[in-house]
Amino acid sequence: MIFADSPKLNIVCGHYGSGKTNVAVNLALDLRKRDAGIRICAADLDIVNPYFRTADAAEILRKADVEPLIPEFANTNVDIPSLPPKMMGMMRGDYAGAVSILDVGGDDGAVVLGMYNMYIRQTGYDMYYVINMYRPLTANPEDVYLCMCDIEAVSGLKCTKIINNSSLGAETTADDIADSVEYAKECAERCGLPLVCHSYCPEYAPDTPDVFRKRGFADEPLFAIENVTKRLF
Amino acid sequence: MAKKVLMKGNEAIAEAAIASGCLHFFGYPITPQTEISEYMAKRMPKVGGLCLQAESEVAAINMLMGAAATGSRAMTSSSSPGIALKSEGISYIAGCDLPCLIVNVQRGGPGLGGIQPSQSDYYQATRGVGHGDLRLIVLAPSSVQEMASLTAEAFDLADIYRMPAMLLADGALGQMMEPVDFEAFPKRETPEKTWATNGMHGKRAKNIVNSLYIDPNVLENTVRERYERYALLEENEVKYEEYMTDDADIVLVAFGITARICKSAITELREAGIKVGLLRPITLWPFPKKVLGELADKTKAFLSVEMSMGQMVDDVKLAVNGKKPVHFFGRTGGVIPSVEEVVSETKKLAETL
Repeated sequence: MIFADSPKLNIVCGHYGSGKTNVAVNLALDLRKRDAGIRICAADLDIVNPYFRTADAAEILRKADVEPLIPEFANTNVDIPSLPPKMMGMMRGDYAGAVSILDVGGDDGAVVLGMYNMYIRQTGYDMYYVINMYRPLTANPEDVYLCMCDIEAVSGLKCTKIINNSSLGAETTADDIADSVEYAKECAERCGLPLVCHSYCPEYAPDTPDVFRKRGFADEPLFAIENVTKRLF
Repeated sequence: MAKKVLMKGNEAIAEAAIASGCLHFFGYPITPQTEISEYMAKRMPKVGGLCLQAESEVAAINMLMGAAATGSRAMTSSSSPGIALKSEGISYIAGCDLPCLIVNVQRGGPGLGGIQPSQSDYYQATRGVGHGDLRLIVLAPSSVQEMASLTAEAFDLADIYRMPAMLLADGALGQMMEPVDFEAFPKRETPEKTWATNGMHGKRAKNIVNSLYIDPNVLENTVRERYERYALLEENEVKYEEYMTDDADIVLVAFGITARICKSAITELREAGIKVGLLRPITLWPFPKKVLGELADKTKAFLSVEMSMGQMVDDVKLAVNGKKPVHFFGRTGGVIPSVEEVVSETKKLAETL
C-alpha cells in the first residue's frame, strides 16, 4: 500500500476490467485516512476506456481532499485521448510534496506512460499490477505474467508490486476472495513481485476477514475498498 | 474457465459466440464495441478460428456473407454508424437466406453522434436495416449474462429459420461488468445446412446462394416463402419478461439497459404505494404484441421508456391498439435516464389516472 514515504508516483496498471480504477481511487482515499496533511493527486490516464473511469469518482476524491487530474474529454461524446499539460508537471515531480496515484488504461493502454517514461523514472515510482482471477484472460499465473510483459513493454517501466483484486463484482463472496489467495501467490511468484494485499469490498463480502481466519489465511493482508464504480441503476 | 467469470458485456458476446461454435469474426473497430474485436483477436487463434480486422465495415459485412454461405457460424459487430454502413450487405444476406449474427452495441446518433450509449437504432434494427422486404431476428439483452445467452440463442435461431439475426445492445451493456455463467444456457437442435456452398465433393448437385431473381414472379414467390418463415418466428419465438405486472396500474415498457433502470424505479414506486410493473421485450422483432394487448385489458396506462426520442413506443401503440393511453419518456444523445427521472415521470402519470 501507499505511504507518505512511498515514491511520488504510484502507478496502477493491469488487464482491463481488473478493477484498476476502484483500486486507484481507494489507494488515494486510504492514504488520505492515514495522513491528513499530505498533498494527494489522483490522475486518470485512461486513454482506452470510454465510460467507467477515475473521472467518475472526481466528487468522492474532492470530498476527501484528493486532487483529481482528469483528461478534458473524459465522459464526453468523443474518443480524444488527450491529456492535460498538468500531467507532465506531475510526472516531473513538480508538484511539491505531492504523492500521486495514476490510474492507467488496461493492457496496452499503458502505452500512455511511454511518453512520460524518462520523467517517471527520474521522479521515482512504484507500479502496482492489479490482478483478478475471475477475469477469463488473466485466470492463471502464466497469462498474468504475459499480460504484465505486454504492459512493461509498452510503458517502458517495470511493475514493482501486485495487488490481488479478484472479484465477481456485486456477487463476490468472501469465499470467492479466499479461493483466489493461492492464485495470487502463484502469480506473484511467476512475476517475481511482492504481493501487497488482497482487496475486498465490505459492502459485498463483509465477512471476508472471518472467512480468511477460518480458512487459515489470518496472516494474509487485506485491503478494504469501497466500490466507486458509477451506478446506472 | 471457472464456473463464473467477471466480464464486460462486449467480452461476454465474443466468448459466447466462440462457445456457440462461431469460427469466423469480421470486424472493424468502433467505440463502444471494440472489446469484441480485441477479445476475438486474442481467443480465435487459440480455438482454430479466424478474427479478421477488415478494411471497412462494408468489407466486413461482405466477408460475413461469404463465410455464412459456406454454412460456417460467423459474425460481425459494430456500433450504430458502422451498422448503417453494413446495411446494404445485411439486405443481401437476408436475400440469400444466410444465417449469421450481426451485433450492434449502440451509441448516440444521428451522424457521427457520440460514443455514449443509446437505443436510437430501434427503427433501424426492426424496420430499416436494409432495402427490400426483409426482417431480422432482433434480440435485446439486458444484462451481461444475457449478452452471452442471447448471443447463443441468436446463432441457433438464425440457423433454424435460415436468416440473419441481430443482437441489439448498447454501450452501457457493452462496457459494464457483471458475472457470467457460461454453463447456464441450453443449446437448441439446429437443422443440417444442406444448402451450404461448401464443396460438392463429386457427390451432389451445385448449391447456389444468390439474391438475384430474373423473373419477378420467382422473386415474389421466394419472398413469400421467406415471409412464411417470418410468420413461424412470430408464432413460436416471441420472448419477453414480465415484472410485477399482475396488479399494475401502470406498465412500463423498456428493453436493454433501460429495463434495468425501470426495475430500480419500480422498487421505489412500489414503496411509495404506486402499482407499477414492467414488460421487457427480449425479442424486438418479433415484438411481444400479444402480451401487450392482453396487458391493455388489465392495466390503466403504459409508459415506454427508451434512450431515444421515442421509437419502440410506436410498436407499443400498435400492440395496445388504442385500448389504453401509451406515454413516452426518453433521453437521447448519449444521456442515460436516471432512476429518479423514471420515478418522477411515472409519478406524474400516476397523478393523471
